[in-house]
Amino acid sequence: MAEVKKNEEPRIGVFVCHCGTNIAGSIDVKAVMEYARTLPNVAIADDYQYMCSTPGQNKIAEAIAEQKLTGVVVAACSPRLHEPTFRNATKAGGLNPFRFEMANIREQNSWVHMHQPEEATAKAKDAVRIAVAKASLLEDLVPKSVPVEKAAMVVGGGVGGMQAALDLANAGIKTYLVEKSPTIGGRMSQLDKTFPTLDCSQCILTPKMVDVYRNEGIELLTYTEVEQVEGYIGNFDVTLRKKARGVITPAEAEARGIVGGGCTGCGDCVDVCPVIKPNPFELGMAPRKAIYIYHPQVSPLIYTVDFDACVKCGLCVEACGEKKAVDLEMKDELMTVKVGTVVLATGYDIFPIEKKFEWGYKNYDNVITSLEFERLICASGPTGGHLVRPSDGETPKKIAFVLCAGSRDSTGVGKPYCSRFCCMYSLKHAHQIIEKIPGAIPYIFYMDIRSFGKMYEEFYYRIQNEGAKFIRGRVANILEDPVTKNLHVNAEDTLLGRPIDMEVDMVVLAAAIQPTAETEKTRRLFGVSCSQDGWLLEAHPKLNPCGTTTAGVYLAGVCQGPKDIPDTVAQAEGAASAASIPIHRGEVELEPYFAQCMEEKCAGCGLCVNQCPYGALSLVEKDGRTVMQVTEAKCKGCGTCGGFCPGGAIWMQHFATPQIVAQIDAFLLGGEQ
Amino acid sequence: MADENWKPKIIAIICNWCSYAGADLAGGARIQYPPDIRAIRVMCTGRIDPLFILKAFQDGADGVLVSGCHFGDCHYLEGNFKAAKRMFLLKSVLKNIGLDDKRLRMTFVSASEGAKWGMVMEDVIKTINELGPSPLKEFAR
Ligand SMILES: Cc1cc2nc3c(=O)[nH]c(=O)nc-3n(C[C@H](O)[C@H](O)[C@H](O)COP(=O)(O)OP(=O)(O)OC[C@H]3O[C@@H](n4cnc5c(N)ncnc54)[C@H](O)[C@@H]3O)c2cc1C
Ligand code: SF4
Ligand code: SF4
Ligand code: FES
Repeated sequence: MAEVKKNEEPRIGVFVCHCGTNIAGSIDVKAVMEYARTLPNVAIADDYQYMCSTPGQNKIAEAIAEQKLTGVVVAACSPRLHEPTFRNATKAGGLNPFRFEMANIREQNSWVHMHQPEEATAKAKDAVRIAVAKASLLEDLVPKSVPVEKAAMVVGGGVGGMQAALDLANAGIKTYLVEKSPTIGGRMSQLDKTFPTLDCSQCILTPKMVDVYRNEGIELLTYTEVEQVEGYIGNFDVTLRKKARGVITPAEAEARGIVGGGCTGCGDCVDVCPVIKPNPFELGMAPRKAIYIYHPQVSPLIYTVDFDACVKCGLCVEACGEKKAVDLEMKDELMTVKVGTVVLATGYDIFPIEKKFEWGYKNYDNVITSLEFERLICASGPTGGHLVRPSDGETPKKIAFVLCAGSRDSTGVGKPYCSRFCCMYSLKHAHQIIEKIPGAIPYIFYMDIRSFGKMYEEFYYRIQNEGAKFIRGRVANILEDPVTKNLHVNAEDTLLGRPIDMEVDMVVLAAAIQPTAETEKTRRLFGVSCSQDGWLLEAHPKLNPCGTTTAGVYLAGVCQGPKDIPDTVAQAEGAASAASIPIHRGEVELEPYFAQCMEEKCAGCGLCVNQCPYGALSLVEKDGRTVMQVTEAKCKGCGTCGGFCPGGAIWMQHFATPQIVAQIDAFLLGGEQ
Repeated sequence: MADENWKPKIIAIICNWCSYAGADLAGGARIQYPPDIRAIRVMCTGRIDPLFILKAFQDGADGVLVSGCHFGDCHYLEGNFKAAKRMFLLKSVLKNIGLDDKRLRMTFVSASEGAKWGMVMEDVIKTINELGPSPLKEFAR
C-alpha cells in the first residue's frame, strides 16, 4: 500500500550538466546551479561537464551518502535517454532508484533555443524548480518482476524473419514463425542474382528455407496472420488466423485418420484445374491455376487453393485421389500462442510506379520495373531467363535504366527517401545484360550512384569497365514510338549540360519501395510507432536500432527502413539477440507505475472500472463496504483511472496527484512572478 | 496588468510515448521555437485529471497544452480518447468561468513529428500572446 505522506524532511541534490557545449553553449549552467541552491528542500547543488560519465555518476552517489539526500535531480538531456543511467547512480548511492527526477534542459531547451541564452537559462531554472518539487515527494518503489515465457514469435518469413527465427531457435528458444503468404522466402525468392557477389539468390536462400523448415525449435506457420495481441513483454498472448489453405499436410491427414494421406507436392491437381489467373509471383507475366504453389522452391511444399479464384468444380479432389489432401470446405482457424518476445520482419512493397505517369509504366509495353526485370532475366522465370520485349518478344539491345524512380522525390507523388538498393541492383542488371546479350548496352540514368557497402564501389568500377554507359540526369519523360514500340527517353545530361532524347528498346524503372499495406495494422496490433514515411520506428536510430518503444518487440529488415540483404540479415541477428535476452534472463522488471486504491477515500462508485483498457480494476467487498481493487499484473500504469476518479482515491505510483500538482504549483507559483 | 514585459506562462502536460518523444526529436533536429512553454511528462494523456488543468489556471497559467499520441497510436490503446473527451468537457467549464477556451489546447504529435512539435509550440504561444494575460492571474496566490 502506498504511503500518502512521508514523514521525512526532503533533502534534494541537484546536478546540472554542461554536456560539453551542448547545454552550456546556450544555457548559463553555473547560474542554474546557483539558482538551485536557493530552492526549498535543496541540500546540495553542483554542476559537471558530463554527468553521465563515471565521475559525474560518482558525484551523485557521494552526495547521497554525505548529504543524506532523500531525492536526486539531474538537469541534463532527456529522461528517455539517461533516466536509467541516473536511476542506477541513485541506487549506487544507496537510495531507492525511483527517488530520481530528471529536468530535460537539452532536447527540450538548449537545442531548441540556441540563440536565446537568457530565455533558455530562465526556462532551465523553471525546469529545475519543477523537478525539485516532484523529487521532494517521490517515494520508494520496487519494480515488479514477471516471469518471461520461454518462446518467441517472428512475424514475416522473408530473409530477415528467417534469420531471426533460426537464431532464436538455435539459442534454444521455441520460435513461432508467422508468414502471411503460403511460403517463406519473401522478396529474395523473386530475385535472380544478388549484388555484389552475384550469387544466385535462390541458391543461397533455399538452404536457409530448408533449415527453417527442418529446425525443431521453429514452428512454421505459413498462410497465417496475426489477428490480435494482448499482454506485455514476457507474456504476449497472440491470436493467429490460420487461413484456409484448402489442402492438408500429411500430419494433418494423420490427425484426420487418413492413412498415408496429405499433400506430397506431386502437382497432379494443377494439371486438371480449369481456372487460369495471372501469377503474382511472376508479377502477372505467367499464368497460375486456382490450386498452386507460389514458386518451385516453396517451403513447406504444400499446395494452396486460391479460394477467390476457385470454382469448386472438384476436379483437383478427384485427381488427388486416395491422398485426400484437398479440402475445398476448409475454414480459417484461430489459434492463440503465448510468447515472451516478438520480432517484426514484415518487409516492404514496391511503390506503384504508374503513379509517375510521365514514364508510361502500364501504358507502354516496353517500360518494365526492376522486379519484373529480375523475373525476366531469371532462368526459372516466365521466359526461361531470356530478356525479351513484352511488345514483340524481341531481344532488346539498347536498354535504359531509370534510377531513383519515385525515390528521392519531393514532388509529392514519389517518396522523399532513398530506397537504398536500387543503384546497386541496377548495376547488377547492367552486368547481367552485358553478360547475357551480346552487343547489348545498358544506359544508366542516375542522380548519384550510391555504392556504399563493402566491395560495392569496386562493383561499380567493374560495371563501368564492362561498358555500361552512365548519364547523370533525371528522366523528365518517356515517349513511345507507336509503330516500333521503341521508347524516347528525355533527360538532361547534367554533366555535359545538354538535353538528351535517346531512343531505346526497353526501359527498366528502378521503382521506389514503400511500407506494406498492412504495416499500419501490424504496428497498431503490437503498439509500435512509425516514422514519418511509414516505416516502423526503432527505439533509437543509433543506440537501439532493433528495439521499439514497446518493450519486448523488436524489428528486423526492411520493415524498419530500406536496406539490402546483408543489412537485413545483420539487423535480424541483432533483433534475435535482443529478443533472446529477456527470455534467457527468465524474468523482466516492469516499471512499478501501478495504480493503487486509497481505500479510505474510495466511494466504491465503480466509475474507474470502465476507464481501464486492460480490465485491471474491479470492485470488491472489504470490511463491509465496496471498494475498488487493482490487479497489478494487468495494470500497465497509464493512469487513465487516476485521471478520472471523482474522489481522487487512486494513487498513481510515481505520477501521483500531489506530485503532479506540486510540479504545476512550482512552475506557476514558485518562480519570480 | 497590461504591462509590456508580460511573457505568457504556459504549461504543457504531455505523454511520454509520443509527444515527449516528438519534442525530443525536435531537439535532436535543432528545430528552433520560442521558449515560453514548460513541459511536464506523464506516461499517457489519460493520466491528466481535469483538476490539474483547473489548478494550473487557478495558479495563473495563461495557457495549458495537453499533447498525446494520435488516435489509434496511444501506447495504452485509448488513453488519448478518454483525455480528448475530458478536455472537450473542460473547455465548456472554462467558458462558464469566463476563460477563453482557446487557452486550453489538445494536440496530437507522434514520436516522429519533431517538426510538427515546433509548429505546435509556435502556434500555442502565438494564440496565448494574442489572448494576453489570463484574467485569473490577479487571483492567483
Ligand atoms: C528488384 C530488386 C532487386 C534486389 N536485389 C538485391 C540484391 O541483389 N542484393 C541485395 O542485397 N538486396 C536486393 N534487393 C533487396 C532485398 O529484396 C531486401 O533487402 C530483402 O528482401 C529484405 O528482406 P526482408 O525479410 O526484410 O523483407 P521481405 O523479403 O519483403 O520479406 C517480408 C516477409 O514478410 C511477410 N509479411 C509481410 N507482412 C506480414 C504480416 N503482416 N504477417 C505475416 N507475414 C508478413 C511477407 O509475405 C514476406 O514473406 C532487391 C530488391 C528489389 C526490389
Ligand atoms: S472511481 Fe474512485 S471512488 Fe470510484 S471506485 Fe474507482 S477508485 Fe473508488
Ligand atoms: S493505470 Fe491504466 S492500466 Fe493501470 S489500472 Fe489504471 S487504467 Fe488500468
Ligand atoms: S501514451 Fe500517448 S496518449 Fe496515451
